[in-house]
Amino acid sequence: MLDLQNVSFGYSREQTTLNDVSLSVRPGTSVGLVGESGSGKTTLLRLMLGLIRPTSGVIRFGEESLDTGNSAFMQRYRRAVQPVFQDPYSSLDPRQRVIDIIGEPLRSLRIPGDRTQTVAEALEAVGLPLDAMRRYPHEFSGGQRQRIAIARAIVARPQIVLADEAVSALDLSTRIRIVELFKTLSEKLTLVFVSHDLGVVAALCEEMIILERGKVVESGKTRDILAAPKHPYTQRLLASIPRMPA
Amino acid sequence: MTALLNIQGLCIRAGDKPLVSDLSFSIRPGERIGMIGESGSGKSMTAMAATGLLPVSIGVSGSIELDSQQVVGATDRVLNRLRGAAAAVVFQEPLTALDPLMKIGRQIAEPVRRRLELESGKASKDAISREVRDLIDKVALPQPERIINSYPHEVSGGQRQRVAIAMALACRPKLLIADEPTTALDVTTQAEILKLLDQLVRETGMALLFISHDLPVVAQVVERVIVLKNGVAVEEGPVKTVFGNPQHDYTKTLVEAARLFDEALGATGS
Repeated sequence: MLDLQNVSFGYSREQTTLNDVSLSVRPGTSVGLVGESGSGKTTLLRLMLGLIRPTSGVIRFGEESLDTGNSAFMQRYRRAVQPVFQDPYSSLDPRQRVIDIIGEPLRSLRIPGDRTQTVAEALEAVGLPLDAMRRYPHEFSGGQRQRIAIARAIVARPQIVLADEAVSALDLSTRIRIVELFKTLSEKLTLVFVSHDLGVVAALCEEMIILERGKVVESGKTRDILAAPKHPYTQRLLASIPRMPA
Repeated sequence: MTALLNIQGLCIRAGDKPLVSDLSFSIRPGERIGMIGESGSGKSMTAMAATGLLPVSIGVSGSIELDSQQVVGATDRVLNRLRGAAAAVVFQEPLTALDPLMKIGRQIAEPVRRRLELESGKASKDAISREVRDLIDKVALPQPERIINSYPHEVSGGQRQRVAIAMALACRPKLLIADEPTTALDVTTQAEILKLLDQLVRETGMALLFISHDLPVVAQVVERVIVLKNGVAVEEGPVKTVFGNPQHDYTKTLVEAARLFDEALGATGS
């Protein structure tokens, strides 16, 4: 569905942030992109969103290649691929009501239909009450704001949701509920979930890709990697995670 | 044994809003205690209050005895003698805790000089630089020469936190307060810093107040935990008891959530 072939990217000529990354996201599978700071996971997500272009290599969406200059393609692509960002305090416009925030993709992608009805369905899907529509972001808690951001991502019924550290800013008790929400959503769409938190990815994603300094070091079924990590970096990552006492 | 830190009936409020309500606990010399809570639970406020670091606009009542000195209402003179010697703090974000315009060697040297002057009235340049070297060794910073001459932005996040720990150690405190010291760090770096803290606390015999929202992290370094929710201590006890058999509903929620992510990871790891 989404294929990256030998993709490299550098913000400057001297420095490559991503080095020869190949991966594919299959329809209906939830994939976790795991790495520490500087591993290139956010850059990878920005490439997949079409916010930046690869320095070399190709990104394919179905039969087409992702071409940020092709506005007709990008219009379709935006409808098919929607993001959720880390910080729900900065990703929601504080001056807009929730109905306008969630309804924004419908407007910009020129999706016809009853806006209020569609927004209401999105709110319901993320477990927020309908009266949230008339309110502003500051009236909501961090977890609720992230629900609003997720509602905005799914309102246009995309095929893929790309989430960047979407639960990292949340408290543990809130985080677990938002992870559950993503899990429910991932039954109906393809989820690419970028996170430094292996525990969250383990709980949420069927497959995972481990990045270290711009390179894919290991990828496969989450279950298999957790049971027998092959690459030394994956092994070190797993061994570093503090565990609950027995 | 008398407590090193004895907090009784502590209330902290901002205007009419209570931040911490009727909190009581104590730490004996050498004891390692964890304070767990989510955002807004008052854990950092408590740590700041213990060293008299809260701004005057924040109302504090109750009793905080640090090394047998009353902190609540104490003058700066009294507090300055306590800070460092009785308790030193390592904060979450080493980038903001360190002075960006001062080379690391000089930053570590400051608390060293201050302590030597308090102890013996004078501090020779040689004695200071010898001790700075010792501290850099202790926190296992590589290439001491380079680190001493670097500015904070020139070293990694984990190295910066090691510098902050070295500065706290320079005071030879009886109590080390660590406020989310690994939260801003990558998981592999976190593992190294936790190991270092654990080893240093054991070697020096100082007491530890470890503040964190992360249950498994806390479990690695402390013996006893206090669970805070909205400024109220809802549960307290040995780590094994509280995490193994939580009594309060809130603790149960936290432990269940932590276990869920833990179990998802399977049987690997430490």
